[in-house]
Amino acid sequence: MIRLDNISKAFGDKVVLRGFSMDVKEGETVALIGYSGSGKSVAIKHIVGLLEPDAGTVFVDGKEVPQLTRKELYALRSKIGYVFQFAALFDSLTIGENVGMGLRKQGTLDEAGIAERVGEALALVDLPGVEQRYPAELSGGMRKRVGIARAIALRPKYILYDEPTTGLDPVTSAVIDELMIRMQQQLGVTGVVITHDMRSAYRVATRIAMLYEGSVRQMGTVAEIQHTTDPVVRQFIEGRATLEEDGAEAPRGAGGRA
Amino acid sequence: MITALGAFVRRQVEALGSVGEFAGEAARGISDLRTWTVNAMQQMRRLGVDSLPIGLLIAAFTGIVLALLANYALTGAVPLYFVGVLLEKTITLELTPVLTGLALAGRVGANIAAELGTMRVTEQVDALETLAYDPYAYLVVPRVLAGTVMFPIVVGLSMAVALFFGYVAALGIVGLTTAEFEQGVQLFYQGFDISYGLVKSASFGFAVSLIGCIAGLRARGGAEGVGRAATQAVVYSAVMILVLDAFWAMTWLQAVR
Repeated sequence: MIRLDNISKAFGDKVVLRGFSMDVKEGETVALIGYSGSGKSVAIKHIVGLLEPDAGTVFVDGKEVPQLTRKELYALRSKIGYVFQFAALFDSLTIGENVGMGLRKQGTLDEAGIAERVGEALALVDLPGVEQRYPAELSGGMRKRVGIARAIALRPKYILYDEPTTGLDPVTSAVIDELMIRMQQQLGVTGVVITHDMRSAYRVATRIAMLYEGSVRQMGTVAEIQHTTDPVVRQFIEGRATLEEDGAEAPRGAGGRA
Repeated sequence: MITALGAFVRRQVEALGSVGEFAGEAARGISDLRTWTVNAMQQMRRLGVDSLPIGLLIAAFTGIVLALLANYALTGAVPLYFVGVLLEKTITLELTPVLTGLALAGRVGANIAAELGTMRVTEQVDALETLAYDPYAYLVVPRVLAGTVMFPIVVGLSMAVALFFGYVAALGIVGLTTAEFEQGVQLFYQGFDISYGLVKSASFGFAVSLIGCIAGLRARGGAEGVGRAATQAVVYSAVMILVLDAFWAMTWLQAVR
């Protein structure tokens, strides 16, 4: 289980999170939605200890992440797959080396085992046989899928997806959605998905949380979010330029964006 | 005025503290042998072997110019074989380590800062961390080790090349014989000369690679931030080479007089 408890985080004068709280139960997938720049990536980086909260805390598997020793933190990270927004592949390594990197660090498989696992992970994202190519030789969408393969190759207990379908064509997006659903339903992987794509959120998520002005505006099941009466959430999920449906209200203010 | 001075001093102390903290993290990363040994050889080739052409080119021209300068300075005053004395002392003690160091500060310092800076701004360093790698062990230790080990090797070879081209210029242009040149080189030669130059070079390599790593891993803000990191790495490395050069001259060189 993941629990973010009253997290506050600022970078200089810029306050990004103000008392952000969210819990993710075992085996569920939570979609975290919100405006661009509202702090969604900042929020999930606290889960793997890439950022430390200014106030509040984070628990993963009952362990308080900010209090972990370096060794304990690395042990925890080996259970969490992280899919970066722009893939964050290592330019100087081949795709095979990129995907096998975490496995090499774990040290539990020999080279043949790593190659087999890498092949499986790449096949799962519909990219078989690209092991010898370099990231620069792949399209943006392919790189994104390699990023997902790198995360799932570790067979993690948790996966954090940072906009996994942004910039992909609809068919590839659907393939990635299916993959996320399969990870959750067949392998029981607990997930957090940052997305702006509401269709994708409705498909893959068991619950949806909206981040607004540094904290969770509303969190609920897909049905609850779809039928919400909160005007801010409605505006976002319906993709309207104005707060009210008749357009009488001014567009959402910039104050909502951190 | 006093407030501004206080703020300046505080910033400098904080900067020094953060460099110390960074160096401490890198030192801790040394214990993670399995992680850094993977990259150490590759970095030694990139930072050392690939730097040889520029190092040797500078050395060749330095040797020739020094022989001619010595000839100009000594004409009529002291025996010509003193060209060899001057060449040996300046090449081993000062010019090859410093000139090669400054050239490598540009090449190696900027290379490290730009590479690590790009990794930082494209979240590759974060990705390393999520895969349970210590970035200090994986990125910093192999580069600093390679810089510290390979700078003296490049400088050592450059010393030999500078001396050889100085010898060629002394014979071909100045008109010395081989025996006179050898006499000059051996007259005041001490093993210390080479040791001093090489140890100094190792300290330059350590500083240049560490500064490159610090600048790169602290890069922020996309391409502009990476460019700024590379510039900072070159400027600070060059300054640090001159500071270390003065440090060694004031300490070790004075102690053996």
